[in-house]
Amino acid sequence: MTRVRRWLPGLLLVTPSIIAIAVFVYGMLGWNFRLAMTDKHDEVSEGSFVGLENFVSLWDQKRWGISVNHAIVFTVVFVAGALVLGWLLAFLMEKGIRGEGTFRTIYLFPMAISFVATGVVWRWLMNSGQDERAVGLNRLFDSLGLDFLQWEWFRNPDWGMAAMAIPAIWQMSGYVMALFLAGFRGVPEDLREAARVDGCTEWQVYRHIVLPLLRPVTLSALIILGHISLKVFDLIMAVSGKQIITDVPAVFMWVAVFDSHDPAKGATIASYIVLAVSLFVIPYLVWTLRKERRP
Amino acid sequence: MTVTETRSPSAQVRDPGGRARRRAGWTRGVRLTLLIAFLVVFLIPVYVLLVTSFKPLTEADPGRAWALPEVWTLQPWRVAWEKLAPGIWNSVLLAVPGALISAVLGSMNGYVLSKWRFPGADVLFTLFLFGMFIPYQGVMIPLVQLLVKFNEITQDLTGVPGVFYGAIPGLLLTHVVYGIPICTLIFRNYYVTIPDELIEASRVDGAGMLRTYWSVVLPVSGPAFAVVIIWQFTSMWNDFLFAVFLTGPQSWPTTVMLNNIAGAQTVPYSQQMAAALLASIPTMVIYVLLGRFFMRGLMAGALKG
Repeated sequence: MTRVRRWLPGLLLVTPSIIAIAVFVYGMLGWNFRLAMTDKHDEVSEGSFVGLENFVSLWDQKRWGISVNHAIVFTVVFVAGALVLGWLLAFLMEKGIRGEGTFRTIYLFPMAISFVATGVVWRWLMNSGQDERAVGLNRLFDSLGLDFLQWEWFRNPDWGMAAMAIPAIWQMSGYVMALFLAGFRGVPEDLREAARVDGCTEWQVYRHIVLPLLRPVTLSALIILGHISLKVFDLIMAVSGKQIITDVPAVFMWVAVFDSHDPAKGATIASYIVLAVSLFVIPYLVWTLRKERRP
Repeated sequence: MTVTETRSPSAQVRDPGGRARRRAGWTRGVRLTLLIAFLVVFLIPVYVLLVTSFKPLTEADPGRAWALPEVWTLQPWRVAWEKLAPGIWNSVLLAVPGALISAVLGSMNGYVLSKWRFPGADVLFTLFLFGMFIPYQGVMIPLVQLLVKFNEITQDLTGVPGVFYGAIPGLLLTHVVYGIPICTLIFRNYYVTIPDELIEASRVDGAGMLRTYWSVVLPVSGPAFAVVIIWQFTSMWNDFLFAVFLTGPQSWPTTVMLNNIAGAQTVPYSQQMAAALLASIPTMVIYVLLGRFFMRGLMAGALKG
């Protein structure tokens, strides 16, 4: 009884948040899944239960296949690009360099700005006009004599999504840099020193001491970048709008809800996005919970 | 912030010729050059935004976009301000109270989950954290329906139509609720560093949970409040998805208005870019002045790292 008295007030204080999370996160997710399993394909009908029909029939639509492909290309390029660039920047600064504070501030600033704002300039920078019609980066390459670098950017049907990842890398690599920098600095100096005394070259110190210790940081960065990538929306809307050429599931969902007025279809797409994110976020959360419980 | 130059002398000790030192100097040069090169690349979009925003209509021509303005003018900024001002006001009404409420909720949750734990607190915390990662698309459609319901209920009770869906309070509620996970995480990780003995001592003295919170925990919470307020302010200011689903023309925040201005073919480049800069000033100011706290919010998002 005294034990209950000890923890009950705490539970009561958290209760409003528990209710809010239960309703707004889990309740809404459940509601959305249920909606996805009905045939409510317009805004007025009641909609009856049809099971997984919508989940299956979505794959018959060409546009869905395109948007899934786009999401995969975007995710691969963005995650790899931001990880590599962020790691490189942290590696270059790791041992301390004059003006480090300034470098960090500037590499990180894109995170503070919304994509709706920077989309204005990225849309222009990645304009597809070439040679005499060139603007933006193509214009810059043209005047620098680097004509071969000109291309269609996000209007390229095959690699357009790779171009779309460039602004995303621009925004997130500073964050990855900060994560890795904290990771590098978290490696105890005496561990490195011990390895050096044992005759390791600087390269071997990295290979066998520093890099293995960075694994948890890399995993965190991977999860964060990956889950951002799968639900990317602002960036696409700001740079290219609702065009098939840069369609991703999140934009397709918007079209289903606002343009086609098809709630069941919108809910189905949304459910797929949730499933894709859950697939690797849930194992990660379980893993951190377990790690936490081990002293 | 402080910089540690060459750390270990051992390399030089084993290499009396000073070759290592020369090589260290050389690699530092390479590192610095690369860092500066990336700096320039990172700043390209800012350069374009800035120079274009000060150009008169006649110069806002794509062919000359890389050049500095021949005539500097504030005209595009003036027009952008006129168009964007209502949205900026809506964003202030949303982000200032929103960030404060988020901080209070996060502080209470973080306190309980770190210092006044109950059975199953770990599992509950993990269930909270999942809320940080969920794609908001997955809750969007039901959320609209729920807020419409709230509208009906409040209209029946007070006679005022449209309080939640299509208005700032609904958007504010949404941001506060979906901000609970990150705010709880930041405060919990901060409160873990308060020694348990302090809490125990307070308990022994007969203080209850709220008393301990008020007189032991809250007085040292300043930095965590700063982190959460800045973090929540920035995400509410920059959000587009919730805003575009849940607000109407009267309550459009800055991002939605900016998107409408920037999407219009008829608006000259210079005005679009001035509007984009204008919309970014609040978050940029916070970032420059309080970058340290912004950073900590970022790192908290990375869980344990």
